[in-house]
Amino acid sequence: MIAGIAESRFGDVPDATALELHQEAAALAVADAGLAKDDVDGLFSCGADLLHPLLLAEYLGIRPRYVDGTQVGGSAWEFFLHHAVGAIESGLCDVALLNYATTSRSDLKRKVRSANVAIEARGPAQFESAYGHTVIGRHAMAATRHMHEFGTTSAQLAEIAVQMRANASRNPLAMYRDPITVDDVLSSRLISSPLHKLDCCIRSDGGGAVVIVSEERARDLPKKPVWVLGAAEAISHHTMSEWHDFTESPAKYSAERAFAMAGVKPDEIDVLQVYDSFTITVLLTLEAMGFCAKGEGGAFVEGGRLTLDGSLPTNTDGGGLSSNHPGMRGLFLIIEAARQLRGEAEGRQVKDATLAAVNGTGGWFSSTGTLILGAD
Amino acid sequence: MPQMPKIATWHLPVPDVESATYWQGAREGKLLIKHCNACERHFFYPRAACPFCWSVDTSWRESSGRGNVYTFTVVHQNDLPPFRDRVPYVIAVIELEEGVRMTANVEGCSPDDVRCGMRVRVAFRDEARSEDDVVSLPVFRPEG
Ligand SMILES: [Zn+2]
Repeated sequence: MIAGIAESRFGDVPDATALELHQEAAALAVADAGLAKDDVDGLFSCGADLLHPLLLAEYLGIRPRYVDGTQVGGSAWEFFLHHAVGAIESGLCDVALLNYATTSRSDLKRKVRSANVAIEARGPAQFESAYGHTVIGRHAMAATRHMHEFGTTSAQLAEIAVQMRANASRNPLAMYRDPITVDDVLSSRLISSPLHKLDCCIRSDGGGAVVIVSEERARDLPKKPVWVLGAAEAISHHTMSEWHDFTESPAKYSAERAFAMAGVKPDEIDVLQVYDSFTITVLLTLEAMGFCAKGEGGAFVEGGRLTLDGSLPTNTDGGGLSSNHPGMRGLFLIIEAARQLRGEAEGRQVKDATLAAVNGTGGWFSSTGTLILGAD
Repeated sequence: MPQMPKIATWHLPVPDVESATYWQGAREGKLLIKHCNACERHFFYPRAACPFCWSVDTSWRESSGRGNVYTFTVVHQNDLPPFRDRVPYVIAVIELEEGVRMTANVEGCSPDDVRCGMRVRVAFRDEARSEDDVVSLPVFRPEG
């Protein structure tokens, strides 16, 4: 069960290092769980550093007896939670800490990193790199194909960005809170067709932490427990030409397994948190998870369904499109879902939320982890 | 970030023992794909063993070079050299007649004219690391 959740400072944080933000979030989440630093005996983290989990454990001054550094992109946190539940059930650790942070926004301003990633043309990448792939372009290709097969429109994709912004307007910590319209999205710069600037996630600094403990510990904890009812993962491709269907997220498989484990159906979900690196990521995920039929995502997102007042409140903090996105955002999906189930989402609380679904997406629709979370 | 020489070459393929024949074929104007002699399927990108059945009994076949655009995007923003000077350009996933897919640029037409399903045919674009180190990259152009 989820016992502790916290974010570090996020947004523009020019005066902190990434490791500092890791520790800041970890300390807050461990305190939130009513535990102390030395209770942590499982560490789950990945990042850009060489041997990242080792570096992080050293920085935090902990020597966990169980370590997992699975690196599958932004969905790693849903994979980690899946793994942590198994490790705790097997007695391999008692208190699992999921911990992440970057200063990717400040690093870009300091010019210590580039906006696009140069993937060296070795191994399978030698068949892609020379053609100028970008992360946005890889996602844009999915949008192009979805439009071709199902008639989905740019205006429908824009609806997603507009609704995430509407949710962000009720989150005082969100980076972008001023409402936007479909026209604003469509008239923003084309980055990689058919995706415009406002179809793309923001780039922020920031970190987060989640603490998982066993069921037996639940009664000793200060906060309302959030139960992990279902957890599953799925992987697809690394090289784009290996993706068999550009209109289908592997969430189809992870969600099917997670819902089955939880004994829950999509229409029972009160609040949804899904990876929104790009508007198309949300659309493919909604279809793959079974919230609507394949090909019907465009019509499904019209009419404000994803807003706090809609029938499927989604990314209630404003998501990566408007609130924060330090790079591998999956951890923040878990934090916001737990916050909603605890009834702690001030100003944006979904009334009587007892069932939440979370879906993280990594790479370029390469990996997904789905969680079904519940409150008593 | 890797060190960027004056002329960017980081993006150019580094052939290895599994791919050398592919790139040599491209220099000769041939698009070579792998064929599995055990399960009789083609596959891309080239691998020593067939990804469908793990047989190592594989051979190279020359593709007809004909196919269609499965999907694509027109890239308008990429801050990395050499691509920052090439925008807008089309990057696509091409479905070859033999049933395999590969990534490539679509050239020889306005980016605005590219469509899913468009019939295309292979061509080769030469790029050089140095005067005596030239690579030929399969790209695709509208057919006819
Ligand atoms: Zn085979």
